[in-house]
Amino acid sequence: MNFTESFRIAFRALAANKARSILTMLGVVIGVAAVILLVGIGTGVQDEITGQVEGLGSNLLFVVPGQYGGGMGGDQAPPSRRFTLEDSDLLARRVPGLDAVVPVIQASTTVKRGNQTVRAVVAAANEGGSEVFSGTLAGGRGYRRSEVQAASRVVAIGSTVRDTLFPGQDPVGKTVTLEGQRFTVVGHYESLGGGLAGDQDSQVYIPVTTAQRVFNLNYINTIVIKATDADRIEVVKADIRRVLTPRYGEEFTVFTQEQTLGLLSDLLGTLTYMLAGIAGISLLVGGIGIMNIMLVSVSERTREIGIRKAVGARTYDILSQFVIEAVGLSVLGGIIGITVGWGGAALMAKFTPVPTNVTPWAVATAFFFAAGVGVFFGVYPAWKASQLDPIVALRYE
Amino acid sequence: MPDGTRALSRVVLETRDVGKQYKLDGVEVNALRGVSIAIRAGEMVTIMGPSGSGKSTLMHIVGLLDQPTTGEVILEGDDVSGLSPNQLSELRNKHIGFVFQSFNLLARTTAQVNVELPLVYAGISGSERSRRAKEALERVALGDRLSHFSSQLSGGQQQRVAIARALVNNPSIVLADEPTGNLDSRSGIEVMAILQELNDQGITVILVTHDDRVARHAQRIIHVFDGHVQSEEIVLNRILAGTALATLPAEEVAG
Repeated sequence: MNFTESFRIAFRALAANKARSILTMLGVVIGVAAVILLVGIGTGVQDEITGQVEGLGSNLLFVVPGQYGGGMGGDQAPPSRRFTLEDSDLLARRVPGLDAVVPVIQASTTVKRGNQTVRAVVAAANEGGSEVFSGTLAGGRGYRRSEVQAASRVVAIGSTVRDTLFPGQDPVGKTVTLEGQRFTVVGHYESLGGGLAGDQDSQVYIPVTTAQRVFNLNYINTIVIKATDADRIEVVKADIRRVLTPRYGEEFTVFTQEQTLGLLSDLLGTLTYMLAGIAGISLLVGGIGIMNIMLVSVSERTREIGIRKAVGARTYDILSQFVIEAVGLSVLGGIIGITVGWGGAALMAKFTPVPTNVTPWAVATAFFFAAGVGVFFGVYPAWKASQLDPIVALRYE
Repeated sequence: MPDGTRALSRVVLETRDVGKQYKLDGVEVNALRGVSIAIRAGEMVTIMGPSGSGKSTLMHIVGLLDQPTTGEVILEGDDVSGLSPNQLSELRNKHIGFVFQSFNLLARTTAQVNVELPLVYAGISGSERSRRAKEALERVALGDRLSHFSSQLSGGQQQRVAIARALVNNPSIVLADEPTGNLDSRSGIEVMAILQELNDQGITVILVTHDDRVARHAQRIIHVFDGHVQSEEIVLNRILAGTALATLPAEEVAG
């Protein structure tokens, strides 16, 4: 008997038990759809975040105090010595080939206007801040060099802050209260959306000198450096080390954009695999469902197997008939699951802020995994069927 | 067919000193002990015996569904004892056509597809299968029931589909196990008439029954008792189902 014939017999059997076939398939459909959707979300988020980091330019370097090894650095001891504005001035003077040296302070705060308040993240920098922060001005301007030098109380606000405090109004020229001080709004930014890379729409931008005064700090968190030429990044890195080593020894770290991306990709990749693993479990459960139904089907059709064997079916014929049934269920379920998962991912990208990206790789993996589940969980019941003694099978009531 | 020619025709299937032991619930059962029978081409033979006589075991061995523990089974001159289950499947497909008491048709399947089943496993192409299945169904007067499902047919019709299935691959032997056991008397007579008609056309038929009346449709009866052949009997007053059918009043309900 040829393969086409096995196919025809198997699909006739599946069609004869439509409700059961569909319910069995549902397990695989849900499993595959979950894999596609969750991996799609993982990949989408990863793409967006790395895209945002890359969007800042591959010629950025981040200098942070303390020693960071290859790991994620979450459990590092607090650095013994922090950077000061002096350090950033020193780097600006002593390292050639730089577009900008930006000292950064980050802090969280509450912004008030009248009786309205909104939580915000302060991103304080110098006039080079616009070089290293993403975002497009919707109106007004950023703070100027003179305002940095004078530690003026000026602020440029993100769209969420604007929409909360100034609904439907132009905020430029108005005042807000930040840490008890009155600030003049000089500019506001367009919404960046997404919000997965830290909510940039809730940020407020003030001069770093002002931030030191308002928050009563004498240090800065990070120094962000923009090299003129991305190809010279390693040279610039060496120069930075040369300048800072006499002052800090080994107690500082220079990250290139590439390293930052590497860290992010590691983290997000792990997250994606975790999601895929969880979804994979539901696919496994779907597979067990197939095995269960196939076992029921084999015992229900014992007599049919006996008849087929009596008229000449060999072990292989019965085996392939039942394996094809199981694989048919899982492959069909896989195709429907891919459609559902893909559609769900597309809808999610369209109607929610969660970005999704369904890659051909994920689709292929889910498909072959589903087919594999069918083979794996179908072989045992099929083997059981093929080993039936025709005499016993024919006598079976 | 006169007795003289029958004696000269070749032996299709022969058992030589066949014994069969098996364990049933841990108890050793001697189902057959030294059975030697020979079936000649074109014969109609009954294997007869009460239940527990070993008749069914003998039928399974003759039908190549089972292997003897001792002795030999010779099919068309070849020793087939000791073959693998798959080899037996192929031999059954080619040489044996089964007719069972409970019809054993596939449910939710048309008459045509049921009859095609042995041809599927013989690896015969779709169009050839379809042609031969139609032909076989016409031989049992069911040419107008090709696409009826088994469940839409009467018992007699189902048994005729089973006979068509048994015939379709031109087997050496049609093996009918209590073919009338589940039928009303009229359908039973019809089925026996078809089997006799096929035998007249040269097909070798083995009947297996405990019923003396059914047995006497054959030319020869092999009496099996306690696992061995008790006696062989040439049927003198053979019942001819075709004649019996002609004397019955015409069927009231068609189909």
